[in-house]
Amino acid sequence: MPVDQFPVEAGHIMMFARAVGDDNPIYRDDVHAKSSETGIIIAPPTFVQASAQFDPDYRLRPKPGEPWFGSGREPSGTPDTQGGTAARGLHAEQHYEYHRHIGPGDVLSAKSIPGKTWEKQGRRGGLLKFSENVTEYRDQNGELVITARSIGVITEKAAE
Amino acid sequence: MSLKLNEVKVGDTHEEVVVEDLKRTQIVQYAGASGDYNPVHTDNEYVTKVAGYPTVFAHGMLTMGLTGKAITNYVGDGRLTNFGVRFSKQVWPGDTLTTNLTVTEVATEGDSPSISLDVVTTNAEGDVVVKGTATARIDA
Repeated sequence: MPVDQFPVEAGHIMMFARAVGDDNPIYRDDVHAKSSETGIIIAPPTFVQASAQFDPDYRLRPKPGEPWFGSGREPSGTPDTQGGTAARGLHAEQHYEYHRHIGPGDVLSAKSIPGKTWEKQGRRGGLLKFSENVTEYRDQNGELVITARSIGVITEKAAE
Repeated sequence: MSLKLNEVKVGDTHEEVVVEDLKRTQIVQYAGASGDYNPVHTDNEYVTKVAGYPTVFAHGMLTMGLTGKAITNYVGDGRLTNFGVRFSKQVWPGDTLTTNLTVTEVATEGDSPSISLDVVTTNAEGDVVVKGTATARIDA
């Protein structure tokens, strides 16, 4: 996802590591990190996925005053079809290339380049529509730090 | 902790249980940390009545993050150079996931040796939930 400013913060790294059940002190303990090979707290391998937090238009985050397809008084706050499409978008593949490991203090920017799209008949989900996206994460000096390639799929009906 | 060239060979394996009895609350934690609030992962009312799934399910990226923990525990901190997976099956609350790593290549060319890993994470039924590869620097 494209973002102009993704400040990498120690507290965010700690929360992210907790969420993936990783108690490794390299993700939270400055003293431990100083005496380790990296010398600094680093982010877990999949952390840049959290750049979604810094995309102002990210569609999978509720925003004040806007319809949200999750439940409230009703099972969905938007007409069925809209929520249905979002719910049928699944992640098919994710690849990362690490040029440097990032840590607190880095300020990243991300640019996405749409890749190939293709269709395939699925066994369980009906027609599958695939799309590829390459995101380049650069640091405050413009250096490429992580290249991410993701493949998304939209299924005709809920996958089992 | 890091791997040394003379301590690793093709065929070496590492196995790790990366989550036991996955809780819905951990999926909520991941939604909050990652910023992916798609209600299919956290909203049972929505996911059963609108999206048509039996219950909420984990973000693919949570499963990849759990899998990454096994890799970094094996290769050491800041050593990864590539990590990629294909998501093959959904992960549900209550799942216990085990990651298996196998060394497929030890590259010694140049001054920075590296290893390639085959990465497979399975649920308690033995179904593969993610499958992929990783490469990492090791010590000469």
